[in-house]
Amino acid sequence: MQTRNSLLWQILLLALVITLCVFPFYWMVTTSLKTQIVALKAPPVWIFEPTLENYREALFEDGVLRTLINSLVIAVSTTLLALLLGVPAAFALARFEFRGKKDLWFWFITNRMVSPIVLALPFFLIARNLGLLDKHITLILIYLTFNLPIVIWIVTDQFRGIPYDLDEAARLEGASQFTIMRKICLPLAMPGVAVSAIFSFIFSWNELMFGLILTRSEAKTAPAMAVSFMEGYNLPYGKIMATSTLIVIPVLIFALIASKQLVRGLTMGAVK
Amino acid sequence: MRGQTSRRTILGFIGPAVFGLAIVGIAPLIYAIWTSLHFFNLTKLKQVEFIGLENYWNVLTDGVFWQAMGRTFFLLATALPLQLVLGLGIALVLHKPGLTLLKTLARLSLVLPMATTYAVVGLLGQVMFNQKFGVVNHLLGGANINWIGDPQNAFAMIIFWDVWQWTPFVTLVLLAGLTMVPGEVEEAARLETKSWWTVLRHVQLPFLLPGLTAVLILRTADTLKLFDMVFTLTRGGPGAATEFISLMIQRVGFRGFDQGLASAQAVILLIITIILARIYIRVFYKEV
Repeated sequence: MQTRNSLLWQILLLALVITLCVFPFYWMVTTSLKTQIVALKAPPVWIFEPTLENYREALFEDGVLRTLINSLVIAVSTTLLALLLGVPAAFALARFEFRGKKDLWFWFITNRMVSPIVLALPFFLIARNLGLLDKHITLILIYLTFNLPIVIWIVTDQFRGIPYDLDEAARLEGASQFTIMRKICLPLAMPGVAVSAIFSFIFSWNELMFGLILTRSEAKTAPAMAVSFMEGYNLPYGKIMATSTLIVIPVLIFALIASKQLVRGLTMGAVK
Repeated sequence: MRGQTSRRTILGFIGPAVFGLAIVGIAPLIYAIWTSLHFFNLTKLKQVEFIGLENYWNVLTDGVFWQAMGRTFFLLATALPLQLVLGLGIALVLHKPGLTLLKTLARLSLVLPMATTYAVVGLLGQVMFNQKFGVVNHLLGGANINWIGDPQNAFAMIIFWDVWQWTPFVTLVLLAGLTMVPGEVEEAARLETKSWWTVLRHVQLPFLLPGLTAVLILRTADTLKLFDMVFTLTRGGPGAATEFISLMIQRVGFRGFDQGLASAQAVILLIITIILARIYIRVFYKEV
């Protein structure tokens, strides 16, 4: 039996959790709708005349729109590339026995855990020597270091869940392994493929360090752009929050779609 | 029928991914090791020369590296227990029956911090913790606390955002563990005793252990990776108060131009990460 008192405590705690999670968002969005004068008022203002001026200026005068497009192009391309390379590898890990399988697995997990700065140092020097600084392709490739492990992990898990009898039946019909993957397993594994694509997109879209080090202007990503507003005095907080809102909204939508899978993806399947 | 696949077929499936990862994941690391064995300064590129392990010697005998490491683990030692206690508390409440609508809302709102771009968390921190017009000082009853310019306060702020961003993750992991407990076992235990603590310790804890282990290892790896949020919030400052390991390597390599020294630091960090990953694999992928 739950006492009334315990219920009250629960409601209080849950309300507190919701408030703490939501408030910073509320503050970000409302700040983005304030003019510079209102944004810098002390004490802060709760009620004001909202304006979209920050969005207009940031998007069309400061070039945020282009950096958003850059981020989109890079995140979508790297996700597609990770799927193209990762899905067949996942099929092999789920269906075949071969030497070195364990090492391969270990390598993928390690890649997922490596601090990006470890790769950013040599990548910067290599990109500079090859004239690849400030190019989309450089980020598309470097993001594979964390996207490919994620795709391979999630899709392998999904393939393992598909009964082997289906493969057998097709093999007796004379289908090649590639046909089995494409025609039989892949359609059934689509949920896993979709979730891994969402993860890969979110990680790439959110990434700051590589974007900061490897791009200047042409291929500048949205998070790097948000940071470049931070130079100098009298910071345009409204514009920074507008850019931040534009970065976060798509991620939020995707994360809510995949919310059931978040824990599995973030723990590489250690927690189901 | 398994194991009868030809080597060529296997290579055809696995080859492209391995090749891709080798190009982006291994070649750069080899290059980083090469760089770490040289005097390699971005402003003196004419003078690149082989110096053996000198960079490593300098890193390991240099106070700056150990201070950054100490700071990183101090952050972990303060933020992680907070995340665990809060996460467990919230998970236990969410796990109780009743209040379905409110609990669904709470679960959805937990996704928000998890999904927020790390860099944006730092920018938000700048706005909310601003000394003059920040909403945090305002909510603290018009306090005049200098959050960003004071070493201790800046560190406290980093802890706050780390806890804000990662407590939901810990909550959901522990909640997943709680739902693994067979219902009849839990009910029987609750009939036996009124104490939630006894139930937690003797009935639920065994089911929470895998999740706790995962959280422990992953949070350690993530704290070693921590860069974006701190960079946008404090740039590692004031002074070096919030300069964690990844920020330090970035500063040495890109603001101090000493790629050789930074690469040596990166290789040491890589070795630590590999050890962590080994532990992780050993614990969770016995069947692989």
